[in-house]
Amino acid sequence: MGDALLEVKDLVVEFKTRRGALRAVDGVSFALKPGEVLGLVGESGAGKSLTGAAVIGLLEPPGHIAAGSVTLGGERIDTLPREAMRKVRGKRIGMVFQDPLTSLNPLYTVGEQLTETIRTHLPVNQAEARQRAIDLLNDVGIPAASRRLDSYPHEFSGGMRQRVVIALALAAEPEVVIADEPTTALDVSVQAQIISVLKNLCTEKGTAVILVTHDMGVIAETADRVAVMYAGRIVEIGPVRDVIKQPVHPYTMGLMGSIPDPQGGAERLVQIPGAMPRLNAIPVGCAFNPRCQMAIDRCRVERPTMRRIGATDVACHVAGPAETTP
Amino acid sequence: MLAFLIRRVFQAVIVMLTVAFISFSLFRFVGDPISTMVGQDATIADRQAMARELGLDQPFIVQFWRFIAKAVQGEFGISYRVGRPVMDLIQERLPATLELAFCAAIFALVFGIFFGVYTALRRDSWLTKVVMTVSLIGVSLPTFLIGIGLIYLFSVELKWLPSFGRGETVKIGGWTTGFLTESGLKSLILPTITLGLFQMTLIMRLVRSEMLEVLRTDYIKFARARGLSDRAVHFGHALKNTLIPVITIMGIKLGALVAFAIITETVFQWPGVGFLFISSVQSVDVPMMASYLLLVALFFVIVNLTVDLAYFAVDPRLRISAVATRG
Ligand SMILES: Nc1ncnc2c1ncn2[C@@H]1O[C@H](COP(=O)(O)OP(=O)(O)OP(=O)(O)O)[C@@H](O)[C@H]1O
Ligand SMILES: [Mg+2]
Repeated sequence: MGDALLEVKDLVVEFKTRRGALRAVDGVSFALKPGEVLGLVGESGAGKSLTGAAVIGLLEPPGHIAAGSVTLGGERIDTLPREAMRKVRGKRIGMVFQDPLTSLNPLYTVGEQLTETIRTHLPVNQAEARQRAIDLLNDVGIPAASRRLDSYPHEFSGGMRQRVVIALALAAEPEVVIADEPTTALDVSVQAQIISVLKNLCTEKGTAVILVTHDMGVIAETADRVAVMYAGRIVEIGPVRDVIKQPVHPYTMGLMGSIPDPQGGAERLVQIPGAMPRLNAIPVGCAFNPRCQMAIDRCRVERPTMRRIGATDVACHVAGPAETTP
Repeated sequence: MLAFLIRRVFQAVIVMLTVAFISFSLFRFVGDPISTMVGQDATIADRQAMARELGLDQPFIVQFWRFIAKAVQGEFGISYRVGRPVMDLIQERLPATLELAFCAAIFALVFGIFFGVYTALRRDSWLTKVVMTVSLIGVSLPTFLIGIGLIYLFSVELKWLPSFGRGETVKIGGWTTGFLTESGLKSLILPTITLGLFQMTLIMRLVRSEMLEVLRTDYIKFARARGLSDRAVHFGHALKNTLIPVITIMGIKLGALVAFAIITETVFQWPGVGFLFISSVQSVDVPMMASYLLLVALFFVIVNLTVDLAYFAVDPRLRISAVATRG
């Protein structure tokens, strides 16, 4: 793991409540190489956004990192003091949120928000920052960038705004960008464009990406590797082709079954029976066991650890080549 | 923009006319000014002569029309009680009220915004809890009690500040000001706090809840994710968005200061128009009362107009839509 740019190890995110701590992220580990795109998928509430927020140091109290570590370029960043962590945000780790309509401050022009971000992180004067802002808007494909610089966010369409948001996230050329469902709030017709803008820019600049999405199609096209989360845990992580074509974990199999069939007119949806457990009622053993058709007794008592099967790591007792039960 | 302005001014005129009509007709029926002026034992002939002199023998509409026509020319008639032009009396008293309202407005705005922002940013500090508790008391206590409490503490017990009047004033042109003498400034302190405290707590609570709301928005989260400093996030991004909805309400609240001044002026024997109004009520001085109400209405109208214009200055979304609707 010496070549990892970002390494998350045994990350635990908890919420303090009156009735004890709720574990929303439980022992998540993954590594990201420079320039790599890691897809993060899983049902709503699986802990994807919280994992992203923990990495960039923006968990909102009472949420906090209860255990584990986040290392960026060999330096631990989860223990950095507030001010030092602030300098990491935007400069070394950028973030793109879901809703471009609400991500931009309505009272400032796009140019003001861009130059503000640039000048926070880079030692440039106002004119240089402005030029850089124009370049950035050009990069993300906004036509007549120098003129649009003085427009307010409400004068842009949703897709254009998300391009601005991407420009803002990339303003200081961060090493990692966390994109949390960057296209969910957008019109279907522009989703693909936005993803390709993000992907191309990051490839060009060698930026690594953590791409959170529900859209397995996007993952298949964009990601190098994919991590599948369930109830705060990663259940399977591996190269995107393997995980999509030959999922090993029963949950991933179910999830991949829910990809719409590109050929068939009707969507071929394989529903996994049941729902994800609530945080205060995570089952003992494997969190997926009550919904799993392959569950054996061991799954109900012992939490599976990561095992390498082929090129993927899987947290499952029964998946893959038959295992001798003790 | 211009069309908007004209529409607003037109609305303001309607408002002023309505207020004039209501106040004039109300006071017309609250009592008989002639009895108060000539005394109980005057003859009927005396009374009729007086009525004719004041124009009170004319039909109501005629009286109202005369009142308006003169008011537009800055003439508000003769005070029944004092026997001098109402305009002169108001001019003498207005500086006292305006200076007091101005100080109270500044006091309410500065401390209201400051504490509102502070309590929103430091939600769990002990000072926040103290301020919130005290403000709750501030809102629920009537103004005159606060005034009397302050007088008791700072004038009677500590003897630091005067308990009534404006102190020494300096006359500049037609304006008497208390800002230029030490006793004038000292005299302003207690009435300012009394008058402004209620508004201050309201503004504080408003700013606080609005700020908390704004701090939860996505663009604040995104501003943080971009690595902006706390200062830039809180005061550059959050405060500006907080103040937009707060502007309107603040405008209305500050307009109310002139009206609320009646109580404060009475408690502190402050020689302003509010105090003048109270004296006129006792003697059914109709021109005086009607003029006073018109004055207060005028004040409200001006403040509201200013607020509307301030909106344009602050919110780019409005500027655009105004341009769009004009075409
Ligand atoms: N402030 C909070 N207090 C308690 N629990 C919380 C809080 N915020 C989030 N959670 C819980 O943490 C879990 C993970 O949330 P998270 O937002 O990371 O999910 P997600 O995988 O991003 O889902 P989605 O796809 O809907 O965005 C959820 O079960 C959620 O209910
Ligand atoms: Mg999420």
